[in-house]
Amino acid sequence: MEYINTTIERTTVQLSKADFESDQMVKWCPGCGAHAILSALERVFPKLGYKKENFCLVSGIGCSSRFPYYVNTYGIHGIHGRAMAIATGVKVANPHLSVWVATGDGDSLAIGGNHFIHTIRRNVDINVILFNNEIYGLTKGQYSPTTPMNKVTKTSPQGTIEHPFNIGELVMGAQGTFFARVPDNDLTLMTEAMFESARHDGTSIIEILQNCIIFADKAHNHIINKEVRDENMCVVRDGQPMLFGKNKEKGLRLAGTELSVVEVGKNGITLDQILVHDRYNPDPWIHMMLAKLSPPHFPKIFGIIRSAMFPTYDDLMEDKIRLGQKESSIQKLDHLLNSGETWEIR
Amino acid sequence: MTKKKRPVIERESVVVKFVGDSGDGMQFTGGLFSDSAAIAGNDLATFPDFPAEIRAPQNTIPGVSGFQVHMGSAKIYTTGDLCDVIVAMNPASLRANLKWAKVGATLLVDTDSFEEKSIEKAGYKSNPLEDDSLKRYNVVQAPITNLTKECLKHLGIDNKTAERSKNMFALGMLYYIFNRPLEPSFQYFEQKFKKDPRVVEINKVVLTAGYNYADTIEAIESVIQVKPAKMPAGRYRNITGNVATAWGLLAAAEKSGRALFLGSYPITPATEILMELARHKSLGAKVFQAEDEIAGICSAIGASYAGLMACTTTSGPGLSLKSEAIGLAVITELPLVIVDVQRGGPSTGLPTKSEQSDLLQALFGRNGECPVIVVAASSSDNCFYYAYMAAKLSMEHMTPCILLTDGYLGFGSALFRIPKMADMPPINPPVAKAYDPDYKPYARDPKTLVRKWAIPGTEGLRHRIGGLEKENITGVVSTDPMNHQLMVTLRAEKVAKVADYIPLQEVDGPKKGDLLVVSWGGTYGAVHSAVKKMHEEGKKISHAHFHYINPLPKNTEKILKSFKKILVCELNAGQFVYYLRMNFPLPNIYQFNKIQALPFMINELTDKFNELLEG
Repeated sequence: MEYINTTIERTTVQLSKADFESDQMVKWCPGCGAHAILSALERVFPKLGYKKENFCLVSGIGCSSRFPYYVNTYGIHGIHGRAMAIATGVKVANPHLSVWVATGDGDSLAIGGNHFIHTIRRNVDINVILFNNEIYGLTKGQYSPTTPMNKVTKTSPQGTIEHPFNIGELVMGAQGTFFARVPDNDLTLMTEAMFESARHDGTSIIEILQNCIIFADKAHNHIINKEVRDENMCVVRDGQPMLFGKNKEKGLRLAGTELSVVEVGKNGITLDQILVHDRYNPDPWIHMMLAKLSPPHFPKIFGIIRSAMFPTYDDLMEDKIRLGQKESSIQKLDHLLNSGETWEIR
Repeated sequence: MTKKKRPVIERESVVVKFVGDSGDGMQFTGGLFSDSAAIAGNDLATFPDFPAEIRAPQNTIPGVSGFQVHMGSAKIYTTGDLCDVIVAMNPASLRANLKWAKVGATLLVDTDSFEEKSIEKAGYKSNPLEDDSLKRYNVVQAPITNLTKECLKHLGIDNKTAERSKNMFALGMLYYIFNRPLEPSFQYFEQKFKKDPRVVEINKVVLTAGYNYADTIEAIESVIQVKPAKMPAGRYRNITGNVATAWGLLAAAEKSGRALFLGSYPITPATEILMELARHKSLGAKVFQAEDEIAGICSAIGASYAGLMACTTTSGPGLSLKSEAIGLAVITELPLVIVDVQRGGPSTGLPTKSEQSDLLQALFGRNGECPVIVVAASSSDNCFYYAYMAAKLSMEHMTPCILLTDGYLGFGSALFRIPKMADMPPINPPVAKAYDPDYKPYARDPKTLVRKWAIPGTEGLRHRIGGLEKENITGVVSTDPMNHQLMVTLRAEKVAKVADYIPLQEVDGPKKGDLLVVSWGGTYGAVHSAVKKMHEEGKKISHAHFHYINPLPKNTEKILKSFKKILVCELNAGQFVYYLRMNFPLPNIYQFNKIQALPFMINELTDKFNELLEG
């Protein structure tokens, strides 16, 4: 089969951040991690080089979902949990658009969980920015599908009794082709992940560990805070060994099917024994293991963990339509109406 | 082929029903029989009557599958109340369908299937062919299974394969009874089983054997002649309501120049629309089988925002799931066609049976003030036209439109006079042009109150819309109280103004008088036939059948006020009557309702009409 790879028309003029800033007042709480995410996206859009009319932002409901109002592109603010389904419709309708979804852990993993996994499974070429603040913010502080076990919230006064989702694991379980994890306090890494997600053909999920200053303040601090991040964060880069620690002295080693933390130079460990990241590996098993790691025994993995190449749903749809047009004698409705068994009455 | 001289009885219309076990091929047989009627120039309507189960236990009542054909030399409006001929392939199918036989009807039965075990499984205490329980009917007993095996012996066909062809033996007998030529079916076999000449041979041999057998037996005293119907000249085909709906949507997409997008989830009895549209990639139809009903409609809303002619198809339970998203399409003022092929409810209800019980859900089943256009088709073939109109109104007025059909129309078939696309009414969606200096998301055409469709990718029209209330004209999120009141009013007025673009309501019969019968949707055939019967008896009665439900045609009130009594007939507990009383609080609106998930019978309608005329 001839394979279509739909392209997005590029701009002939140099665009800047200002081209994407909307005139609407941003109504997130001061100090909310969402501000940084907005800023990162407004930096990425001009860098991508697409015409500004070719961006479309889609969202559901929640704090994150106000996003489309704050960016000057085409945008549709939908209903709770359904952003992935709406975005699928936009992208399949017009594959020449760069389609982005802004969503949260409640919107996409609870009420919208079904659309989340099925969109990923189909590999529709959309970019999903998932604000994971481990809480329901807009409804004021109920636990979400990513809230850690035992956490006290307004709907779990004695602590939650639910096992949280690990988003990376869920993405990989649904046969995801792109997964990145970034903290909201690292603009460079966030920008890089967004840029790469746009370049990736297929459903890209970027989990942003975002801080809700009001209802789950410092929820991610045990990982991303300055004091602990060297030990608890390992940023992976394609083709490079997975090192972390204050002086990049620690690394991840794969022995058999198990990962372990080792120290380079100790116990005879050399740099070439450290696992080298291959984000393009079609087989997701190492990516899945990486996504699941977390302190205290391991660092949490950040960066682009997976970006494997598989055909996208929207390209395959275009393929099928072109194939149908090539092979069928029914090219117009008059042909269809008169096809098969018909007869004349005079 | 020699043919005994038998008397020919001419009939204006005949109802034939093929019934048997789910695996007996009754749908296929009925389809071939209706083709033969169409080729002979009869008008016709068909209805498959099959169980919800795919293959219930053999020879039981739940496993009975049927196919009914109503054919005539005059216009056919329904699939027929009671049958003139029933072909029963086993005891269970005879028992389940005897209640649909006219007194004196011909019952053609396969006597080989009336063994002790299957008679018992059907729930008979004794063999109905041997007691006198069938004495009111003309029973034609034929050992169909054995005769089929016999006639295939020379081809060396094993018994199991032979048995599967017994439906063709029965069909051959029917062709004899109705004086139909075998040749068209032969041609069909050659086409359909092109790759397997042996199957062609088997079917031809068995069909011919059935025909010849019918010629030899004494039980068939006469042959029936149904003359060609006088129909408007043109090219015709047979079409089911669901296929007609799919084609109407495709036609609207072609006419509007906006490719079709369908986001849908399988649900009985609407699934055939999804399956049919999936076949037409060559017409540019993008068909997305979603993970659920909600994703079906939400993907369609996304596609509509992106500029395609977007649709979603479902039945009652699915419409419930789509409610919130319909509200999103209403507030974002995007075009969207929602097809509801109604079935018996509530909840899962009676999935394969028909009812008109989603009307109030279609009109009111959403949160907030949320009016949509509601249109209803009234015959299997006019599903094409009303699907087309639903799409036209939705796109031109930038608001969702619900098209109501039902299982009876969707599964049933009728003859369809093929239109030419050039003759279909134009569709002009209000698409905004690039760099339109006056473009504002909620700026409106003063005459229609319709906003423009600004499609992503168009230069100079970037904007945001969404489910939060928007400020008039600018589309900025707004919680201003007066603005909300204004926007609610504008959206309602926009839908109300659609009344300026739909035809006036027609009345069949005198324009004023004692009794106006009102109906809507899939009951047209039955109600029209009943009214016609009353007219033939010289009774003064009129009929208004509604296709446009919201808004109602502008002359509705005037029509209602021209009659002493109004009788609203519906297959529900009284939903349209409730809606009419709400809009026009008149004291003389009566109702007649049937909630058996079955169509109206002509006699029960005329009884009711007479009661009102006399009372």
